[in-house]
Amino acid sequence: MYYIDPHIHMVSRTTDDYETLARMGCVAMSEPAFWAGFDRGSAESFHDYFRQLTDFERQRAGQFGLQHYTWLCINAKEAENVSLSREVIAMIPEFLDTPGVLGIGEIGLNKNTKNEATIFLEHLELAVKYDQQILIHTPHLEDKYTGTRMILDMLCDDTRLDRSRVLVDHVEEHTIRSVLEEGFWAGMTLYPVSKCTPERAVDMIEMHGAERLLVNSAGDWGPSKPTAVPDFIIAMRRRGHPESLIRKVVYDNPREFFSQSENFDFAPPELDEAEANL
Amino acid sequence: MPIPLDAPEVLDREFLLVRAKLLEIAASLDRIGRAEGQVEGDRRLQLIHDALDVLRQGESDRAEQIQMICSLSYDEQWQEKFDLLPR
Ligand SMILES: [Zn+2]
Repeated sequence: MYYIDPHIHMVSRTTDDYETLARMGCVAMSEPAFWAGFDRGSAESFHDYFRQLTDFERQRAGQFGLQHYTWLCINAKEAENVSLSREVIAMIPEFLDTPGVLGIGEIGLNKNTKNEATIFLEHLELAVKYDQQILIHTPHLEDKYTGTRMILDMLCDDTRLDRSRVLVDHVEEHTIRSVLEEGFWAGMTLYPVSKCTPERAVDMIEMHGAERLLVNSAGDWGPSKPTAVPDFIIAMRRRGHPESLIRKVVYDNPREFFSQSENFDFAPPELDEAEANL
Repeated sequence: MPIPLDAPEVLDREFLLVRAKLLEIAASLDRIGRAEGQVEGDRRLQLIHDALDVLRQGESDRAEQIQMICSLSYDEQWQEKFDLLPR
């Protein structure tokens, strides 16, 4: 089955991983800007990172027929440094017309601090000003519930936002309902120990339906598994769910969400198949 | 949404997995107990016991309840405290 991984940090992955993803049926991925494993010292460092995301990773993915998309921001962890964050935010517009850039992300909260919330709001301003889609990181573990509530407060206070163009990621059992009820998209991250397993993701689909829901692997610096979406596909099959439902979650939903971005120029592999059959 | 498997089928599939997970929890608690030093009063131990209590209840949202036990509380006044009230 073809699938799209809507949230995977390929900069932390090897070229072999791109090949493995291609073999597993991945046809496209989106990579939000995130932490580099260490705090960066200057805005120039982010400038280089954005070039890596928009240029190098796109090429690396392309070698295996994978279509690579990206999101730009300063992540919540480094947003604690407000002056650096403002320099980075000021630089983002120059990249927004670059092919493959889908919007602003992953912005969010990490430890739910005032500085993080301040920079989150400034990112919302940027997104509104440039009519960008938004991808949001919610905190982990004991901070997730409060952080998600705070993020929803800030999003719902801003009447300029089109909620169908906002994805709130890393939802779990205690945060998924409010995100979906407020009209946002929700992402479930399959991640050992600190987030969600494929089986629990299937449970949440059974409980909340498949509308506006995505699954991703995160595939970052932590002990994550880049092939977690295929694990989810198998878990859905083992539970007896129809292929059409699985395809909706792993392929149709990400396409529907991303299609709201001007830079989403995805070429579906089915077209090639259809052409081959002519 | 309809759930394709019925309850006996789910139990058939999950019993050995649940048994294995229960044994891991029991062995972890034993390991903590056997080791030197004190953990009484450690908040995390209380969280574990509160979560185990949830498992005994017959309600259907146990996973959500355990998530909430392991969550810090949300302060409705946070925007005021941070001086970030919407303009
Ligand atoms: Zn991420």
